[in-house]
Amino acid sequence: MTIKSPFPPFPGRHLLGIKGLSPVDVEGLLDRADAAVALSRQPNKKGASLQGRTQINLFYEASTRTQASFELAGKRLGADVMNMAVAQSSVKKGETLIDTAMTLNAMHPDVLVIRHGSAGAAALLAQKMTCSVINAGDGQHEHPTQALLDALTIRRAKGSLSALTVAICGDVLHSRVARSNIILLNLMGARVRVVAPSSLLPSGIEQMSVDVFTDMQAGLKNADVVMMLRLQRERMSGSYIPSVREYFHFYGLDEQKLKAAKPDALIMHPGPMNRGVEIASNVADGPQSLIQQQVEMGVAVRMAVIEALLENARQGGAA
Amino acid sequence: MSTTIIEQVQIIDPSRGMDAIGTIIIRDGKILAAGPDAINQGRPDGAVIIDGRGLTAMPGLVDTRVFVGEPGAEHRETIQSAAIAAAAGGVTTFFTMPDTSPAIDDVAMVEFIRRNAEANACVNVHPIAALTKGLAGAEISEFGLMQKAGAIGFSNGHNAIQSAQVMRRAMIYARDFGAVVMASPKDETLGAGVMNSSLLASWLGLSGVPREAESIPLQRDVALAKLTKAAYHAETISCAQSIEIMRQAKDSGLDVTAAACVNHATLNEIDVGEYRTFFRLEPPLRSEEDRRAVVEALASGIIDMVNSSHDPQDVETKRVPFADATPGAIGLETLLAALLRLYHSNELSLLRIAELTSTGPARRFGLEAGTLKPGAPADIALIDLGEPWIVNENEILSRCRNTCFEGARFQGKVVKTWAKGRLVYGG
Repeated sequence: MTIKSPFPPFPGRHLLGIKGLSPVDVEGLLDRADAAVALSRQPNKKGASLQGRTQINLFYEASTRTQASFELAGKRLGADVMNMAVAQSSVKKGETLIDTAMTLNAMHPDVLVIRHGSAGAAALLAQKMTCSVINAGDGQHEHPTQALLDALTIRRAKGSLSALTVAICGDVLHSRVARSNIILLNLMGARVRVVAPSSLLPSGIEQMSVDVFTDMQAGLKNADVVMMLRLQRERMSGSYIPSVREYFHFYGLDEQKLKAAKPDALIMHPGPMNRGVEIASNVADGPQSLIQQQVEMGVAVRMAVIEALLENARQGGAA
Repeated sequence: MSTTIIEQVQIIDPSRGMDAIGTIIIRDGKILAAGPDAINQGRPDGAVIIDGRGLTAMPGLVDTRVFVGEPGAEHRETIQSAAIAAAAGGVTTFFTMPDTSPAIDDVAMVEFIRRNAEANACVNVHPIAALTKGLAGAEISEFGLMQKAGAIGFSNGHNAIQSAQVMRRAMIYARDFGAVVMASPKDETLGAGVMNSSLLASWLGLSGVPREAESIPLQRDVALAKLTKAAYHAETISCAQSIEIMRQAKDSGLDVTAAACVNHATLNEIDVGEYRTFFRLEPPLRSEEDRRAVVEALASGIIDMVNSSHDPQDVETKRVPFADATPGAIGLETLLAALLRLYHSNELSLLRIAELTSTGPARRFGLEAGTLKPGAPADIALIDLGEPWIVNENEILSRCRNTCFEGARFQGKVVKTWAKGRLVYGG
């Protein structure tokens, strides 16, 4: 098994958010994830560090890529992975989140991965579960593994996050990815900008240790990294922005606007992309785009997180 | 004839401006005398004598905003269980909100509450009836008939009236009956969030409720009160903007009053912490600046009364993610104790606290309460102002435990409560 200590122990049983982590914690997870990338690139991708362990993926929101990523991560470490199909389960019959959690808890999983539409859902579960809980996205609050995989992608391309200028562009208001990234990037010494129409910025954004831009050219000027955010379909027409074409005109990443950034600027997107809404196809598929690498790093980061939590639980005795 | 005499007690009676050590004589459910001179009445044979040294007596509290689960959600609270909780908090009269299932929107429902309270409640209960049929916000209900049946006022409860036209017609019609139109002003679309709009909410990923979701409809209601000359009462205001609107309305002589929930005078948005659903309230807990503004308005008189906004919620509506939780917290048992924090911090006098929680609401709604003057019903709260205590969820008398004060340290506890002519707590 390539990915094992010597990595610093992770301080806690759960990963509920980036908030509360230290730079050492983040670097430790990224180092671990680097090793996981190596494992994933071997012909034989099967590790055994989590043999006999059980992982449950509980996804209340449909998600193809994140769920697949967590499933592969668990399986590559040798864990038994179960996906709860919430749409067909008792949740549809009105069972509360807590009752579902208690039921699953009685089945003795070692790690529970939860995605839920309400902020704080992962933290609520963590209070009731005896196993480790990983937040795979809770409402508009946090999506820590996405921020970690973004950091890993940037670190592998640039060597370090320190002193980089990162522009986060798009629907910051509704984005858990943006919140987790703002915290993590600031933690690691990057300079963070947000670029969006004011109607898609949360109140108090200027106090979130970011520079705020409503003009995209200005916001991208000399940026090292351009992170695009997905615009949810239901927010495209009238409620927050007047139309897709107006949004693309002012906030869609195209070649013209990209020229403001540094020539070697990295382009990232958490996916799934709306081509022609927040990003032009030729930019998404162009040489500066790291969007596919992000997917690969996603599996590695999740392997690292699951392993770090379970190793920690083992060391800490009965979890 | 039964007689109870409380001797050498501090008497707080805003109706007579009295803050003095004296004697209270209760005979057959009425106050025979209360004051420094009452000792001259002597001690009749067989009288129960209570040593009031170190204790404070004030008119029993009148809580103008209490949600009960009866009818429709008796597992949360019945009128009887709410009354038991009220008595423990020194509350001798409370108003029930019309948000029940079905809503209190016709004469039969008003009579149901009255009869039920008469038979089962140990304190006085007055129903607030629905302002519109089914609380739907469209057609005004039978103010005249329901008032005759005992409705104390008219409110649309949690479903604030969105249509200015409906509100205007309700006010015009209510004026003919001298009925008070009550409202918790809220713009449904602007106020669709789950906590105060702020940096804190942004970090938590929770949608915000701006202050304007309250102040805009309050401004509308005040303007309509001016247009219609109706009596208007804002049930809960939570921010400095709303207080300024009330100040202007009162300065221009309108028949308007306002209340604040004790939670908004003693807590702020930071208490929400990491998604504590018991602190999801409506209106939401605001900033510390707003809380301070509320306290100042309580002292200055811009806000006329304080209520508990007692709203029992069970685990199925509270043990869920924050945004999915139903707003509301219980408060009958802690209303006075929480407000006494502002007495101990020298922000409110005891006379002012009694005015805000008893004499003020009684005057506004025409009740024979809120006073200790001879002849008044013996609705009395006897308090040990120095008694320290900690709120323990296992000692809560309400059927629900969704208190904002779990584990809170209070100084000042109700030791005895008299209501409806008898000792109902601390016997």
